[in-house]
Amino acid sequence: MNWYSVQAIYRTEMSRMMRTVVQSIVAPVLSTSLYFVIFGAAIGSRITEIDGVSYGAFIVPGLIMLSIMTESISNSSFAIYFPKFSGTIFELLSAPVSWAEIVLGYVGAAATKSVIIGGIILGTASFFVEINVAHPAIMLLFLVLISVSFSLFGFILGVWADGWEKLTIVPILVIMPLTFLGGTFYSISMLPEFWQKLSLFNPIVYLISGFRWAFYENADVAIGLSLGMVIGFLAICLGVVWWIFKTGYRLRA
Amino acid sequence: MQPVISIRDLTKTYAGGFEALKAVSLDIDKGEIFGLLGPNGAGKTTMINIICGIVTKTSGTVTVNGHDNESGFRETRGCIGLVPQELPTETFETPYNVCRFSRGLFGKPPNPDHIEKVLRSLSLWDKKDTKIINLSGGMKRRVLIAKALSHEPDVLFLDEPTAGVDVELRQDLWRVVQSLRESGVTVILTTHYIEEAEQLADRVGVINHGEVIVVEEKNKLMRELGKKELVLHLADPIDAIPPGLDGYHLELGADGSELTYHYDTKSDHTGITALLSALHKTGIRFNDLQTSQSSLEEIFVGLVNKER
Repeated sequence: MNWYSVQAIYRTEMSRMMRTVVQSIVAPVLSTSLYFVIFGAAIGSRITEIDGVSYGAFIVPGLIMLSIMTESISNSSFAIYFPKFSGTIFELLSAPVSWAEIVLGYVGAAATKSVIIGGIILGTASFFVEINVAHPAIMLLFLVLISVSFSLFGFILGVWADGWEKLTIVPILVIMPLTFLGGTFYSISMLPEFWQKLSLFNPIVYLISGFRWAFYENADVAIGLSLGMVIGFLAICLGVVWWIFKTGYRLRA
Repeated sequence: MQPVISIRDLTKTYAGGFEALKAVSLDIDKGEIFGLLGPNGAGKTTMINIICGIVTKTSGTVTVNGHDNESGFRETRGCIGLVPQELPTETFETPYNVCRFSRGLFGKPPNPDHIEKVLRSLSLWDKKDTKIINLSGGMKRRVLIAKALSHEPDVLFLDEPTAGVDVELRQDLWRVVQSLRESGVTVILTTHYIEEAEQLADRVGVINHGEVIVVEEKNKLMRELGKKELVLHLADPIDAIPPGLDGYHLELGADGSELTYHYDTKSDHTGITALLSALHKTGIRFNDLQTSQSSLEEIFVGLVNKER
């Protein structure tokens, strides 16, 4: 393993976050606070509790998921797309680094940012509602696994995209709707039976459910199934990234 | 001596069907400055990009320091530095940071002294903390060279390094290239400025339509393919070349005051003595004469045109 290379990529990506601290950290914190004001205060006054948890506290895991999924995708897709766009990708392709080292650097940095943002949102949320984490280790496991998987997904998106528009299409048209419909602001058990069954086809349901279980031991689906879905998604993304570097898809002519 | 780079039957056909390289074979010796010349689209950049790992080859082999550039990519890429033709730079970063990044990316431990040395040699030290977006085109070119030298490569590819730069920078770069050669670095230089290759290169390769036309020591190439000419400035202009001088294939200048004679320095007889004697017999007097040798550029143009 070429650790100097991994470190170089990781450090450069992390320093980019520090350069764009407002966009990277302040923006998600502000939007989360707004969600609390709008959903927590406005809707929370009408829905007092879900499964024994106050509505404000109930939406915290979903909000963290919403942020880390979008931030993971956004950070890693931009990280690999921008060198392609500017032409500096030549250096990465001509460096003595393996695909695993490249991925470790870029995805590691994107996932780190997401975990930091997740922590900041959790801290921000604690100013609005009382939060208890029943299983901190599992909460952290989900946080890391989901950050890594969606950073990998963003990396794939960044390689695939051949224009700025494509970078934003998938997060806006696919991820965001699936997250909103995946139980961020409600439990799917509150839906009519048909919609409950339909929701089970939404993979985000499993991620939010598992993460929420780590907080309140309430879940829409079994925790093992949620964990399996996260690991499965991670494995698929890793497989696709490996294939990209093996074939040079959209990287090497 | 084992070549530092050895290319055998290298071919590259792009997805659209364009055949950029056709069974190219070439050896680059350790420590030399190799000038790779060719018109636009000849295949120079494709060849460099394959050696560096940016473009995948269709067939053939490339070894660097004895290692295959695919199975031994860590060894081969680690010892190569590349200055690309374009000017891709990390716009919002500083020269110092991008050099530090490049060194790390190529698997070398941090060495601030080396980075400082490289930046100073390219007159970039006082700009080390300036954002690259605020640097001029020439300065950006220097940054790219500094990046390529940050990991102390054994082999340096300079793909048209002086395209669009001013005379001062060009001379600076020539000095850097000379000092790299003195420190044992092999330099492969592609350029549109043939006088640059003439000035710097030990050997020259000409590539056209994806094929290597010629590889030769620069001086030998100029001796073998170059021609000398003798220009006589006549004391009295003439209207036509007299019949007694027919055998010399002379060219008469437009105003009739110059006669040009082409000759081969390698042949046993240059014919100069006989020509001067013939001129004397025909009563043509001259008051000055000069000789000149064809430049590498003229040889290059001749080779490329011959291929067409």
